[in-house]
Amino acid sequence: MSGALAIRAGRSRRARRRRIGIVVLLALLVVLAVGMLMLGQTSYPLADVLRVIAGQDVPGASFTIGRLRIPRLAAGALAGLAFGVAGSTFQTLLRNPLASPDVIGITSGASVAAVLSLVVLHWSAGATTALALGVGIATAVVIYAAARGAESTGGRLILIGIGVGAMMNAVVQFLVQRAAEWDVSVAMRWLTGSLNGVRLEDLGMLAIATVVLVPIVAVLSRDLRALELGDASATALGVRVDRARVLLIVAAVALACFATATTGPIAFVAFLSGPIAKRIVGPSGSLTIPAALVGACLVLLADLIGQFGFDTAFPVGVITGIVGAPYLVFLLIRTSRLGGSS
Amino acid sequence: MTGSHLLEARALTSGYSGRTVVDGVDLTLPAGRISVIVGANACGKSTLLKTLSRLIPASGGSVVLDGKAITQIPTKRLALTLGLLPQQPIAPEGIAVADLVGRGRHPHQKLFRSWTAEDDAAVADALGQAGVADLADRTIDELSGGQRQRVWIAMALAQGTDMLLLDEPTTFLDLAHQVEVLDLLTDLNRSRATTIAMVLHDINLAARYADHLFAMRDGRVLASGDPQQVVTPTLIRDVFGLDAEVISDPVSHTPLVVPRGRHHVTGGQFA
Repeated sequence: MSGALAIRAGRSRRARRRRIGIVVLLALLVVLAVGMLMLGQTSYPLADVLRVIAGQDVPGASFTIGRLRIPRLAAGALAGLAFGVAGSTFQTLLRNPLASPDVIGITSGASVAAVLSLVVLHWSAGATTALALGVGIATAVVIYAAARGAESTGGRLILIGIGVGAMMNAVVQFLVQRAAEWDVSVAMRWLTGSLNGVRLEDLGMLAIATVVLVPIVAVLSRDLRALELGDASATALGVRVDRARVLLIVAAVALACFATATTGPIAFVAFLSGPIAKRIVGPSGSLTIPAALVGACLVLLADLIGQFGFDTAFPVGVITGIVGAPYLVFLLIRTSRLGGSS
Repeated sequence: MTGSHLLEARALTSGYSGRTVVDGVDLTLPAGRISVIVGANACGKSTLLKTLSRLIPASGGSVVLDGKAITQIPTKRLALTLGLLPQQPIAPEGIAVADLVGRGRHPHQKLFRSWTAEDDAAVADALGQAGVADLADRTIDELSGGQRQRVWIAMALAQGTDMLLLDEPTTFLDLAHQVEVLDLLTDLNRSRATTIAMVLHDINLAARYADHLFAMRDGRVLASGDPQQVVTPTLIRDVFGLDAEVISDPVSHTPLVVPRGRHHVTGGQFA
């Protein structure tokens, strides 16, 4: 049984790294959240923040923190969780780090729906979210159908997705330009993603989606880890491959679309979260929870930098875009190199 | 672990998008033995194995395990009896060997039941049997082709099934590693009474390692049985379209196919 002991020792070592990684991410998330509540045009000490959270009335702070900063924090954290889970699920399922919903055009589809609904049709937040979800799923289906039958579905799917995304982004720009009331912050939200002007009452759908769907994906991540080995191996291991894949894709698309309908397509958070999480917790376990935490941390950190890092405030998506774009270029170069040599 | 499960194909037909590749095959995999499916390229041998292991649905007939059609058995329960090593399994980047082998425990695990000592023991046992125990904490990317194949076999072993199907387990391996893998599978068959069925390219290795041979052409099983009886010059001509002589393998005394070809033929029966 010494073999089993050695196996257990190795496994606990990797599990410990994972636990430490998750704890560090949680701690970072708390620090960033507190930072977001404390900092601003008027900064408040931690004691005031805690008193506001506890429900006490603190003159000035109650309004600024309660009405402005908590909604901003909640929107950023929820969207980050949702994007992180959606991205890592897609990347694992399609076995390609480029296959994240923000790279392959799905969040752009949701963005078109959201801008159409809110800026042109003046629909409610609920209707907007529903439309964004519908269009996001439709976009996913179109991309999948167009990529079907190719020798390597993955590569073609990603190229088609990037094309569809570019088309959708053009539509967003068109709609924003044509919108009667020209509003820079609204425009920025649908073009790059922004937490400006988010109200607590707009967050209901995203909150429910996150609370319901993230645990579902976390449970399905057992099957996801078998699917990572290929459809044949997953079937051999007793996974109902088609069912698991459809459930995971629908859940991931829904998370990405709900988040997009609320904060706009915050650039590259879905794309970056999984790979960063993998670096932190290692490749052995499920990435769902770590990627969720990384996503939330990324959005909050980028928003803090956007608000306070420069003379002019930038929306969060500009900052994540600046970080994510070089990584995208790096992956594209690496992919074409691998493709060329093999 | 009785090793007495029976997997049968009954009038089995299957293929891809309307094209029939396996055409009305009837066969029974002998329990506790090593069966090898051979045939020329595109004869349907891999498709037959994939249909037997439910990767491809039957378009006609059925695959039957212990008297019950496999379509009637929940896939997870099937995974406790029937293991499969596909031709090209995919290893997640950077994963440790022990963790990859541990994924073979998937069908034994329940939703909210965490990893148990039994799982650790099964993984250690599988790694030991496959001769890769010392690689447990290495990452899969560092391994050679032969080592990788042993790790994949270890994963199938960790699944603890009485039957194991393998789709060309020796492709991409050099001769030494091919023999090593086939020896390993023979060990398993003898120590665990695992029923093994595999597709092999090399007729001579097949004739040596098989207890039971299935020779296929054009989607049908042309001949089956003990290699000593089955492998004849006539069969080689029918299956591979090749003139050959069959002599006794000096090492194993199993049939050894010596192709004639058009050049360098200076001896043999018809020289």
